[in-house]
Amino acid sequence: MTRIDSCFERLRGEGKKAFVAYVMAGDPDYERSRDIVLKLPEAGVDIIELGLPFTDPMADGPTIQRAGQRALENGQTLEKTLQIVRELRKQDDRTPVVMMGYYNPIYSRGVDRFLAEAKEAGIDGLIIVDLPPEEDDELCLPAQEAGLNFIRLATPTTDSKRLPAVLKNTSGFVYYVSITGITGAAAAEAVDVAPDVARIKEATDLPVVVGFGIRSPEAAESIAAVADGCVVGSAIVSEIGAGKSADEVAAFVATLAEGAHRA
Amino acid sequence: MPDDRINSFTQGPDETGRFGIFGGRFVSETLMPLILELQEEYEKAKTDESFWAQMDDLWEHYVGRPSPLYYAERMTEHLGGAKIYFKRDELNHTGAHKINNVLGQILLARRMGKNRIIAETGAGQHGVATATVCAKFGLKCVVYMGAHDVERQKPNVFRMKLLGAEVIPVTSGRGTLKDAMNDAMRDWVTNVRDTFYCIGTVAGPHPYPAMVRDFQSIIGTEAKAQMLKAEGRLPDIITAAIGGGSNAMGLFYPFLDDPSVRIIGVEAGGKGVDETMQHCASLTGGRPGVLHGNRTYLLQDDDGQILEGFSISAGLDYPGIGPEHAWLHDTGRAEYVSITDKEALEAFKLCTELEGIIPALEPCHALAHVMKIAPDLPAETLICMNMCGRGDKDIFTVAKHLGVEL
Repeated sequence: MTRIDSCFERLRGEGKKAFVAYVMAGDPDYERSRDIVLKLPEAGVDIIELGLPFTDPMADGPTIQRAGQRALENGQTLEKTLQIVRELRKQDDRTPVVMMGYYNPIYSRGVDRFLAEAKEAGIDGLIIVDLPPEEDDELCLPAQEAGLNFIRLATPTTDSKRLPAVLKNTSGFVYYVSITGITGAAAAEAVDVAPDVARIKEATDLPVVVGFGIRSPEAAESIAAVADGCVVGSAIVSEIGAGKSADEVAAFVATLAEGAHRA
Repeated sequence: MPDDRINSFTQGPDETGRFGIFGGRFVSETLMPLILELQEEYEKAKTDESFWAQMDDLWEHYVGRPSPLYYAERMTEHLGGAKIYFKRDELNHTGAHKINNVLGQILLARRMGKNRIIAETGAGQHGVATATVCAKFGLKCVVYMGAHDVERQKPNVFRMKLLGAEVIPVTSGRGTLKDAMNDAMRDWVTNVRDTFYCIGTVAGPHPYPAMVRDFQSIIGTEAKAQMLKAEGRLPDIITAAIGGGSNAMGLFYPFLDDPSVRIIGVEAGGKGVDETMQHCASLTGGRPGVLHGNRTYLLQDDDGQILEGFSISAGLDYPGIGPEHAWLHDTGRAEYVSITDKEALEAFKLCTELEGIIPALEPCHALAHVMKIAPDLPAETLICMNMCGRGDKDIFTVAKHLGVEL
């Protein structure tokens, strides 16, 4: 059982939905990013999604693109991203950390080496945007073997015929991308999302968490209400991009977490 | 050798889109269903005679194919060695080889019922070709072009707008071809239901590398027949410039199983392939990685971050290369070399003065390599170089480098 599995079990017991917060590792720089991550559990974040900066984030909108650029310009590396998780683990052994990003930095590191290091640092799961089920041999299967969850994205274009293939090697939870598009774009509507979540839940026992297009405590509440949880990314990253302090960012995150936990 | 299918170099990719370890389908889940649909549609079209009849008709009457195979007599005399032929794909409608592929993809888009076409472009040649064919078929066309390239390729930007396309300058990253491709993929993932992404080179997720190669291989098929007619035998050396590698793949593919034919791809060496990385020579100066849907050789740093390419030629300014080239490189079937900006400019001047052909800066890289090797080869050696684009679009860049005020 990974920290992710335990987290959902605990939330189920408490009758609560999961609030997942995304921040880019190293944004705006290593120290401030680390300070923000360390404050997230106390702000009510159930699962931390930590972005791995990449020069060519093809599924991300301008907000997260710029966050990645800030991080890279200030010297963020894969090694430093792992270091942020190690720092968190010194004070928090409960909050799951999911690394989200693109395959090349991991491939460049070497898959086996990366998995060993990620596990050692205290990472619990991976979301790799450009690895669909067709490429499961690359990282998904080795990751599961190494004891890390591999969290798959399901999207509005994942039809019922394809859904079993998407769910097959998924573990931890299913991340439902509520819109066709990039991060930080159109707003997700609970009324549109609910039937898709129901369709996925019929096909799996895994929790289904909804992300993309959730920007406010109200939206977090309404989306979390029709799923097992929700993810907020760009709205938080915007605050970091605007130069807010770690405390200010944590206060904003707390309002989102409260929204999701009201659901 | 062509009968020996096991040892053939023409059987790739496999069903997962791999050429050896290269290629694949590294895209987000949103795009995956569409890519599978495209693959299915392409497989159907490939064996549909009416599809190819339509292609042949358009190639002949709209593009002006076959393009001539031209004996560059004064160039040959000047260099004093091998006999040099140009495959004149710069004479195609829209001035480059790009339209060969665009026609095929637009016909596929129509079969799939997609009426909005998006494309990325570097030098603007693929953008112009896409805008042209969209105008012909009355389709909406959106072209993503790096802001830096919009600046250095103004005539092509104007051409695309005249043809009714919307040109979106891309400012993310450093505003070149790689970034234009990122933004095109972001558009695609957003508008996946009505939009067809017309990729301009032999890269991207499967089936694009194979599909674009198949559409471009008209170049090599014609060149082979033309050379047999002109000389009664195959060329000894074929060569072409490489950014993503579509004109090269088009020329090379029909010759892959002819072991007597030496195949040379020429990458853009920019200011020189050294530790400063001011170049776009992915095979010479890169290592395998994953970008834009496929695994291939990429210019990248130690942490797997992609580096920007650098070249005088906007059409070669890409940090990757088609996966089939990566495989041909590793198997040793083709050799890959690089040519600097300076050498390409010298080829530009020589070709213009000796042959009355103003070449695009892209094929000047291939020509510069021909200039290097031809003098030391015997007169009976036959070289076929793909003149993949004409230079009208480049005269401003060339003037700037020659210090001429226009």
